[in-house]
Amino acid sequence: MWFTLDNLATAHDTHEDAAHTSTGLSNVKLGMWLFLGTECLLFGGLISTYMLYRGRVGTGPRPAQVFDIPFTSVSSFVLLMSSLTMVLAVSSAHKRDDKSTNLWLVITALLGATFVGGQVYEFTAFYNEGMGFSTSLFSSSFYVLTGFHGVHVTVGLIMLLALRGMLKNNKVPGSRAETVEMIGLYWHFVDIVWIIIFTLIYLIPA
Amino acid sequence: MTTTATDSHATEHGLSTAGYVRIALILAAITGLEVSTYYVDFGWLFMPALMIMMVIKFVMVVSYFMHLKFDNKLFSWLFYTGLILAVGVYCAALATFKFFG
Amino acid sequence: MAIIEPTASSEASIAVIPPATPSSAMGALKRPVATKGWRQWVFTVDHKKLGIMYMATAMFFFLVGGLEAVMIRMQLALPNGKILNADLYNQMFTMHATTMVFLFVMPMTAGFANYFIPLQIGARDVAFPRINAFSFWALLFGGLFINLSWFLGGAADGGWFMYAPNSGPIFSPSHGVDFWALGLQITGIASLAGAINLIVTILNMRAPGMKLMRMPIFTWMSLVVQFLLAFAVPVITVALFLLSFQRNFGATFFDVSAGADPLLWQHLFWIFGHPEVYILILPSFGIISEVLPVFSRKPLFGYPFVVFSGAAIGFVGWGVWAHHMFASGLGPVSVAVFSISTMAIAVPTGVKIVNWTLTLWGGKLWFTTAMKFAIGLIVLFTIGGLSGVTHSVAPSDTQQTDTYYIVAHFHYVLFGGAVLGLFSGFYYWWPKMFGKMLNEKLGTWNFWFMIIGLNMTFGPMHILGLQGQPRRMYQWTENRAGEGFFNLAFWNLIASIGSLVLVVGVFFFLVNVFITARNGKVAPLDPWGARSLEWMTSNPPKEHNFDSIPTVHHLDEFFHRKYAEDANGQMQQIATAEEVLKQLEDNADTHIHMPSPSYWPIVIAFGLPVTALGVIYSIPLAIFGGLIILMGAFGWALEPSTAPDTDFDPPSSGNTSKDVVHVG
Repeated sequence: MWFTLDNLATAHDTHEDAAHTSTGLSNVKLGMWLFLGTECLLFGGLISTYMLYRGRVGTGPRPAQVFDIPFTSVSSFVLLMSSLTMVLAVSSAHKRDDKSTNLWLVITALLGATFVGGQVYEFTAFYNEGMGFSTSLFSSSFYVLTGFHGVHVTVGLIMLLALRGMLKNNKVPGSRAETVEMIGLYWHFVDIVWIIIFTLIYLIPA
Repeated sequence: MTTTATDSHATEHGLSTAGYVRIALILAAITGLEVSTYYVDFGWLFMPALMIMMVIKFVMVVSYFMHLKFDNKLFSWLFYTGLILAVGVYCAALATFKFFG
Repeated sequence: MAIIEPTASSEASIAVIPPATPSSAMGALKRPVATKGWRQWVFTVDHKKLGIMYMATAMFFFLVGGLEAVMIRMQLALPNGKILNADLYNQMFTMHATTMVFLFVMPMTAGFANYFIPLQIGARDVAFPRINAFSFWALLFGGLFINLSWFLGGAADGGWFMYAPNSGPIFSPSHGVDFWALGLQITGIASLAGAINLIVTILNMRAPGMKLMRMPIFTWMSLVVQFLLAFAVPVITVALFLLSFQRNFGATFFDVSAGADPLLWQHLFWIFGHPEVYILILPSFGIISEVLPVFSRKPLFGYPFVVFSGAAIGFVGWGVWAHHMFASGLGPVSVAVFSISTMAIAVPTGVKIVNWTLTLWGGKLWFTTAMKFAIGLIVLFTIGGLSGVTHSVAPSDTQQTDTYYIVAHFHYVLFGGAVLGLFSGFYYWWPKMFGKMLNEKLGTWNFWFMIIGLNMTFGPMHILGLQGQPRRMYQWTENRAGEGFFNLAFWNLIASIGSLVLVVGVFFFLVNVFITARNGKVAPLDPWGARSLEWMTSNPPKEHNFDSIPTVHHLDEFFHRKYAEDANGQMQQIATAEEVLKQLEDNADTHIHMPSPSYWPIVIAFGLPVTALGVIYSIPLAIFGGLIILMGAFGWALEPSTAPDTDFDPPSSGNTSKDVVHVG
């Protein structure tokens, strides 16, 4: 769960504001983008592992036998729309409109929770169809990849809810708009990873 | 704590609310098209179409929702370095497994 | 908030200003603000203290790894070695490599980077001081966690690159590999957080006028290294996660009998592992690129070439990983491609060696210990580099794979390269860090024993390897040793004696440190006639580094403040180091904001090994560890970056123990 730290941490841990840096850019934002760059190599490795092993099902079910494309399409859509609500939260925060910031954050969290709920349901359904974690190389690499993504979404959810609480109680140290923006960047990143997973893992048959 | 200096400096380069909604609608439409490949046979177009749509969605979210299009180039540089490196090394590794052929 | 106000006396005092933010974190705990005793270290966010802690930790693990190395050599000194059994021998070489790579060289370079990058770019601290503290604690706890396995059923025994199937439960039934995988995960988190921190620091915290191409070369090489870390660590993270899932949760990612491809691990490991070797060597390249010009009394020859060749090494370093796998059956196309890229990477490395040599050329050479180590690096690294080129030739590499020839090669580049560079750095920067000069006479003994020792140890390994002695063979017998000049018995014995000579060399260093600490010569302000910004401050530097942030006009700014061209184009001294420093002190900033110490870095870092232990032994413990991390994250997020005044005790004389601190 170390990405929690990094994100919560980078969002508040600076003692120079952007105006005084050599590049004129905020430390936190620079750190966040770099972090997201490194995350590409993390998910890249997991996706590659899945790609290598997707056909190795042993005696277990094949991907096409378990995937429920209509269901996953809906949950993908939900996550995609949460990116819209997140960007509206960031936009409101920059306008210092606390009320809408709060509202959009809550809606984003609800959409995110729907997605995670959908993933829990999906995992349960797969398990019931005989696809356990260690059933086959396909199942292990599928669960590790989507599970990692799910953990990222969950961390994002915790950050969204914590952020909302902190905004409400005036407990955000440092710039509020920037904090919202940073968590937004993380959230969008989780969304774009899913854009790739949805196409490569679900829509393209093994 | 009230607002700090950074808040007032933060310029909003992004789109208007309507602009964001428009982007979201395009993304939704592409997603619909993607899902349709599951039901309709696209023939040889299937794979390239899916890949192109994936890339378009990816770039749109990064450019507009994550503001990379409006922000300092350094951010793009840091992020895309990671992305291109990832695509490069992992595709090369998969190629040694004869994944692509 | 700690604000340092310059006072009439030279000593800075801590004053307190009213808080601008709500009171302390979590409402209950007061911010740690001790400036004395152990708490000033445990809760510090000061990059210099953390740098020293990194280096002390690394030195400790250097001795641990050295002990393991000596045991390996004693086992192999004579036929039918009985000191270690086969199982213990496997653990010994695995942990020797793991310790030296991940727990000695990496933290030592991180220590140098932490200490010197802010000083070299004219900053008062790093961009994220608390993350910096977190990185250190995660490294320390990760290192201890890996070594905990010695006491809990045996350490990892699959070799440092832990190929399948040796990493699997059948060949490694103890928990050693579990500790190894999770412990490296923790140190990886430390490296990743540290890398992001230092990159942002270098990009964003430079003094006015400190353009990228005016940065000291050590900072440049560190920047390249941090980029390599930032992008390479996630790859090993994936590999280690897959391994942990296999060992602890029943997946079969590398189990051939379940249809898995064991090459997957090899690829993931070496996509990380090859950038890793540049992570190990480039900081030392940076160090000697500082040392050589200073002791040659000349600017570095071809500064831009050194910078860009470093960047080129960093870039090409991503395209050569499969040369570690030539013997694994990759197929002719892959082998050819990686063979060529490997030959190509020798070019920027050669550029550096040419630049160093030409820096020496025509200089007024001053053979201090630091300089000797730097020259030692050039010579011995070149030998290691040349044997490296022989590996890029795939057919030859196929012969050499898994023989002692490989062991000889990487010890020449890592000991002859990385470690000699680090020692050069110790002698060069010791006066800066501790205000005292290391003894030069002992330093010379230190140098020659290490040089002779390492050539005696690793030189014969070329012969052993070409004669066919396999790497990781735990015993050899008389009748397999062969005869004549190239018999294995003689050269194994020489190598083992050499390792003891090395031990004496390192011992001289420790004695030197001890004697210097007791009654070493107090260092003058500018003992070497240095060129870069870190010397433009007191020895050791004040907490806030610079009284006023210098404006930079040149590469080698400090030199140019001391020397200028006269009418004839000759360099003449225009100011002493003392005068340069005085100028900065006279213009001291009135308000210097330094970040406050914090409990949370060590709390969160502590949660990591607890979680990892839980993964191995009991899931509830892992959940508990996760809760520690979560709590720490909340404490961290709610904590203002500077402490409000209610967190400060009135400074009462010598009564710091009253304010007992509760951690976690």
